[in-house]
Amino acid sequence: MRLVADKLSGERGGELIFSDLDFVIAAGAALLVTGPNGAGKSTLLRIIAGLLAPLSGNVRLEGGDGFPDVQSACHYLGHTNAMKPALSVRENLAFWQAFNGEARQDIDEALETVGLGGTDHLPFGYLSTGQKRRISIAKLLVSYRPVWLLDEPTAGLDKISESRFAGLMQGHLGEGGIIVAATHLPLGLDNAQELAMEGRG
Amino acid sequence: MTALFIRDFRLALRAGGGALVGILFFLAVIAVVPFGVGPDLALLSRIGPAMLWIGALLAALLGLDRLFQADRDDGSLDLLVMAADRHMLGVTVLVKCFAHWTATVLPLVLAAPMLGLFMNMTPLAIGATALTLLVGTPAITLIGAVGAALAVSLPRGGLLVSVIVLPLTIPVLIFGVSAAYGATTESAPFLAPFLILAAITLFFAVIGPLAASAALKFSTD
Repeated sequence: MRLVADKLSGERGGELIFSDLDFVIAAGAALLVTGPNGAGKSTLLRIIAGLLAPLSGNVRLEGGDGFPDVQSACHYLGHTNAMKPALSVRENLAFWQAFNGEARQDIDEALETVGLGGTDHLPFGYLSTGQKRRISIAKLLVSYRPVWLLDEPTAGLDKISESRFAGLMQGHLGEGGIIVAATHLPLGLDNAQELAMEGRG
Repeated sequence: MTALFIRDFRLALRAGGGALVGILFFLAVIAVVPFGVGPDLALLSRIGPAMLWIGALLAALLGLDRLFQADRDDGSLDLLVMAADRHMLGVTVLVKCFAHWTATVLPLVLAAPMLGLFMNMTPLAIGATALTLLVGTPAITLIGAVGAALAVSLPRGGLLVSVIVLPLTIPVLIFGVSAAYGATTESAPFLAPFLILAAITLFFAVIGPLAASAALKFSTD
């Protein structure tokens, strides 16, 4: 399985922010997208996720068995957590597991993995910023997708959670997954390719 | 899809969900009509079905702007759109509409017979009005979904949604009220407007979600 971007150009509000981007990510590899604010990191992730149309070029998934296109093979972890404050942690995760399908870990196991076992009955709104982020990471674990698109995944996480998340990402790569992460902070992934986006400074 | 229905239904009923707002608004509108119109019982029972329909229409429009906006604000909408390969976006929209209708509009239909008593309506007129509301109000939600999807990225889209949607709901109102009158008056037909009302609902059950999902696809940037 490979994620291939071919001559990709992106625009925001009619302004070109990057052009002719080519990269190939093989199974088990990660791509770190770095660069200053406004360089187009999130735009690139949203284009890969199929939420924005590229100005030109395309992204495709080669050999993604069972997943017909890139979008269907992706977990997208954006700036927001996609969870409802009024529902409990369990209700939130159970919904995404049922909706996304391809169930992997069960909810207790996933919460245990992000170090928040026993919080399943709490309303999501009661949790702290970092805990919310960790629940949102648990969402990646409850259903399976080979490609993880992570936009500032460690924002709000403490040191222990950061290293735990690094372990999770290594595990995902070890199973032949693909990670594309936009970040300012080192994610603790060795041997990741880096794509530095220049932006306009 | 059942999961989506249950989630949206729960959200509507929990704190801040707004399921109660519509029914309180409906109650308020109908409760003040007799004071405004005066104690003319014949007049009240004549305008009863129309007042119930207008009240229900406006109450149904109240919470519509949050149909997709709440999901957009917390990022869920991106994920719902991304799941398009697994769950066709139109079907997702239809399920969301159905959950919204069940949580916020169905209570209006159930409350209508009680409010009909305020309007001195006969049992037959009450039954006919409740039946036409049951059949006609889904169309309002489905039309509203298009407006809600168009205005999803506007921070204060609430009134705009109502303005976009209201003209399109006029046929629903016309046929709903004329069917309700048809049931009580000898000279007017019941079945024809009632069937047209049902047809409008079915028509928008197809057009509404498709149009709304097209609008949502363009809203993700």
